[in-house]
Amino acid sequence: MSGYLEGVLVLLAVNVVFAYGGFLPLAAGQLNLGLAGFAAIGAYASAYLSNVFKLPALLAIPCAAVVAGLVALLVAVPVLRTRGIYLALATFALGQIVQAIILNLQVVGGAAGYPVTEFIRLPTIAAVAVVVVLLVWLLFGTRFGIAVTAVHDDEQVADLMGIDVRAFQIAAFVLGSMIAAVGGALYAHHFSFIEAQYFNISLSITIVLYVLLGGTQTVLGPLLGAAVFTLLPELLRASAQWRYITFAAALIVIMAVRPEGIITSAQLRRLFGWKGSRPRQLDAAQLSGGRAS
Amino acid sequence: MTAADSILHLESVSKHFGGLSVVEDLSFSVRRGSRTALIGPNGAGKTTVFNLITGVFSVDRGRILLDGMNLTGISSHRRIGHGIARSFQNIRLMPHLSTLENLMVGQHCRNGGLAGVLQPVNLLPRNRWRDAARAALIEAGLAEYERSPVGSLPYGVQKQIELVRALMAEPRLLLLDEPAAGLSPPETEALKLQLETICCRGGLTLMVVEHDMHFIGALCEEVIVLNFGRKIAEGSPEEIRANPLVQETYLGAPIAAATERDHAARSQ
Repeated sequence: MSGYLEGVLVLLAVNVVFAYGGFLPLAAGQLNLGLAGFAAIGAYASAYLSNVFKLPALLAIPCAAVVAGLVALLVAVPVLRTRGIYLALATFALGQIVQAIILNLQVVGGAAGYPVTEFIRLPTIAAVAVVVVLLVWLLFGTRFGIAVTAVHDDEQVADLMGIDVRAFQIAAFVLGSMIAAVGGALYAHHFSFIEAQYFNISLSITIVLYVLLGGTQTVLGPLLGAAVFTLLPELLRASAQWRYITFAAALIVIMAVRPEGIITSAQLRRLFGWKGSRPRQLDAAQLSGGRAS
Repeated sequence: MTAADSILHLESVSKHFGGLSVVEDLSFSVRRGSRTALIGPNGAGKTTVFNLITGVFSVDRGRILLDGMNLTGISSHRRIGHGIARSFQNIRLMPHLSTLENLMVGQHCRNGGLAGVLQPVNLLPRNRWRDAARAALIEAGLAEYERSPVGSLPYGVQKQIELVRALMAEPRLLLLDEPAAGLSPPETEALKLQLETICCRGGLTLMVVEHDMHFIGALCEEVIVLNFGRKIAEGSPEEIRANPLVQETYLGAPIAAATERDHAARSQ
């Protein structure tokens, strides 16, 4: 396999992991713009653990995820008190703070960046990505998936139905941060050098876009979103100067044509021929007369 | 009514929003196994009473007792676990979940621990909780909508799903906020029969907020009348219909006076 192809596929796998880190909070209705911060914590923690304590990458990565999870748990309580645009701003600030701390942390190289000794190749990275996708898919097949979607749709009713809204919001935030950390750690161990500047706001926004474009309604959405986002710019590489213009145009078209994302749950039902009865339009029309109250 | 007879007891409950008093010194008891209606003009505080009972709002003064247990300190998401389920005035189903999944939201209070949260309800085609939800769906005659996204379903069907969702919690006390609003006369009749069946089956106490007096007369044994957050009357539907204060409140004082003038003119 050529070095170029391997590089693209590694990025694809890392981006898929990132996308699932973004999917969990978004599925619970949180716009988290601090994911790059957690990816940075994962990358630096995993690099530090393998460099200093000589942990193998496959042990350092889950440890790094736990570190990021603990940080997420610590900040979740104050940060998740905010809503909507304020939550986006609070998480954005969080990402900036993490970046600023790393820039000034000499033990991991500060602004000069940090070399990573443990190296992993595409098969390992792909395997970890598959495990992450499978785990999220399994998790969303449980009552957890239903509860998180209920929290996303109507917090108050979810609460009155006995769902501990706060606990599920924190769980989605923490798990998403842990997955983003795994993505960051995979990146670190493959590219062997990390610097704080890579984990900036544009990474956070890109992760959110993977999910929004792919669709937040199903577990397949982020997979497709990350794939389109990673591969489309590479496929357009031939036309160097038109590449980003074409890409941006494609994004706008996707957003205009499929505002709920490329994959929606209704579409999956149709695709797999699941019996989804058509609504009886007549009844709806008859009833709408008496609906105002 | 003795304390043992009543499942729900409100004791001098008051609620203010800023300077506005929404519920004022309200006391009433709901008899176990009864079907009680809460009526009153718009803005009388009926839905607020439901919101106080379910914990959407905390009470400013007074106590709410469920089977003698003070609910006021219990957070809203735990109250359904104590047996209080409700529906909403404007249908509030989860638009991104299918009909069956919406019903499984109703099961959450019975299956919400860590083991419950990790129940693979959507992974395995057969599963105790999924089967229970499907059985309830079939019983309500909604089987054909199992996988439909709820947002696209007809209004009457959505109201039905909301009712079944509340029943999935296996409540002792079911609070229905305008269950018959927007339904056609045959649908209202079907709803009445359905509620009677549900209540007969097992110790459920029903409390409804409703404007349709025919529906209330046919379904409920007890009626509590609110106006401006205060109780103005309580009794059987017949007693309430005959109550002059209720007539005046519902018809409005000028209309009631005009009706009286009409009567006087006719008798002259």
